[in-house]
Amino acid sequence: MNTNLVIGPVMIPLATAIILIIFHRRMLAQKIISIISVSFALLYACYLLYRASDGTILLFYASNWVPPFGIAMVIDMLSALMVTASGILGFVCMIYSLSTMDEGRLRNFYLPLYQMFFVGINGSLITGDIFNLFVFFEIMLMSSYVLLVLGSERGQLREGFKYLIINIVSSSFFLVALGVVYSLAGTMNMADLAVKLPQAPNQGLVTMSAMLFLLVFGVKAAIFPLYFWLPNSYHQPPPAISAIFGGLLTKVGVYVLIRIFTLIFIGDVEFTHSILFVLGVLTMFFGVIITISQTDFRMILSYHIISQVGYMVMGLGMFSVLAVAGAIFHMLHNIIVKTGLFLASGITQEVTGTTDLHKMGGLLHRYPWLGWTFFVTAMALAGVPPLSGFFSKFMLIQAGAELGNYYSIAAVLGVGFLTLFSMIKIFLYAFWGEEKPVPERPDFDYKKIMPACLLLCGIAVCMGLGASYVCDFVLLAAEQLMNPQLYIDTVLFAAI
Amino acid sequence: MEVMMSILIGMLFAGGIYMVLSQTMLRIVFGTSLLSHATLLLLITMGELKRGAAPILTAAGGPYVDPLPQALILTAIVIGFGTTAFSIVLAYQAYQTLGTDNLEKCRGIDDEH
Repeated sequence: MNTNLVIGPVMIPLATAIILIIFHRRMLAQKIISIISVSFALLYACYLLYRASDGTILLFYASNWVPPFGIAMVIDMLSALMVTASGILGFVCMIYSLSTMDEGRLRNFYLPLYQMFFVGINGSLITGDIFNLFVFFEIMLMSSYVLLVLGSERGQLREGFKYLIINIVSSSFFLVALGVVYSLAGTMNMADLAVKLPQAPNQGLVTMSAMLFLLVFGVKAAIFPLYFWLPNSYHQPPPAISAIFGGLLTKVGVYVLIRIFTLIFIGDVEFTHSILFVLGVLTMFFGVIITISQTDFRMILSYHIISQVGYMVMGLGMFSVLAVAGAIFHMLHNIIVKTGLFLASGITQEVTGTTDLHKMGGLLHRYPWLGWTFFVTAMALAGVPPLSGFFSKFMLIQAGAELGNYYSIAAVLGVGFLTLFSMIKIFLYAFWGEEKPVPERPDFDYKKIMPACLLLCGIAVCMGLGASYVCDFVLLAAEQLMNPQLYIDTVLFAAI
Repeated sequence: MEVMMSILIGMLFAGGIYMVLSQTMLRIVFGTSLLSHATLLLLITMGELKRGAAPILTAAGGPYVDPLPQALILTAIVIGFGTTAFSIVLAYQAYQTLGTDNLEKCRGIDDEH
């Protein structure tokens, strides 16, 4: 269905960013505009989800150029779900930023950059053209570089530089992969690529470009063995920024992997998806095993991002409707829960002045709301029923049983157990037990910044209790992905 | 012609990767710009090199060059320009704040002020 609605998730933050730059001397005006914009973006995303929920694929052709010549924007169920998740995150992290971010960062264009970051993310989620994807990725990365080093603290500059270089190199490889694909198919439209790549004379080269894309988005999604940059760089910026990065940045990489490995590169499933499966399982284990030896609150959470990405890549590698649905469910659950945990770690850092678990203790006495919110969110991450993590893992296990792939079941259960272990470790060290002396902060009221955490915790609980509704959504998304012919026909032939 | 371009691209890639692996920040930045040049040349070679034809399709027909790789490269050049500018500024700021432009020496520097 052809409609201008599709471009909204990109236009709203873009327009807001421009308006915010005009008002850059007036902090109050900036804050009010930002809040209005993120609330509107969230409502808009919900409306798009409602429109896509009956299985229609929404389309927008830039300047009315019909594919494969023009750029198409496409919202199917997966994009709609991801845009909604990014809307929720944009809203929650904005509330948190406004109550915690220091004056210096706010004065130095933090709020416009925040909006530009979402331009890049939403654009990557809705575009149907693979070169356009590159452009939106660069917008997202450019804003993320600046957000990462904003404030110019020593650790930020050191890790920001490494992050920048790693991403520039992987973007170069992205261009190489685009060049190879273009020489094979002569088109950049994803749907058209899905039609033309299977007819290319040299199928070995198609698989090679698939591996190049895996390399590129493996770096962005931090899958094994390309995750070494992640923990240090996500450790450095203020909590609000690492929360958005931890929640969304890697997941956009996973989203693109899911998109291209269900639409374009399905010619040699035996080979490519086995690699995805093995890499997914290795990512799960390596990420979670490192957390056991860590004693830094945010480091543990950063390594958990890696291990959780493993679940999604493993689900994609299993390549059945149920497995992909499980992967999507896990991605949505993880976006919400991981951000909640990062925000909780930010509040903990605010009240104790440290991220070292050994220096904390007994926070539950003085900050009961914080402690129990963290506990519920952490249990959701570990997959304790009836919270959201349980159902996504359940879907993956069920898919493994259907396919007779018992390694996947062992991996899900084993890594789930280790996740529970390290979450309990944080809870015991930081919140349970004897109270340790913390610096007195009489002017600081932690209840003011709790709403963001509570909101995410509430969503995690609702996604668990209302799992059957979420399951309907993700199963629809997975069915659309596993039958790419519908997507191809809609994008290429709807206008004719 | 394509063979010559391939050799050039290979050399640029080799030089770029060698530079990126060095320890000095400025060399790394130069390395990334070599890498991006290599990818741009790769893109234009992928669209098949032709001489003496404009990328415009006229009503009379006749030979013309595929315009899409050129459009892609223009976009990529602009993006690469922005990224390189930012990385030079970042390297300079990091040099001023950390007191060294050697990444090996950065590692030991404490995060606290």
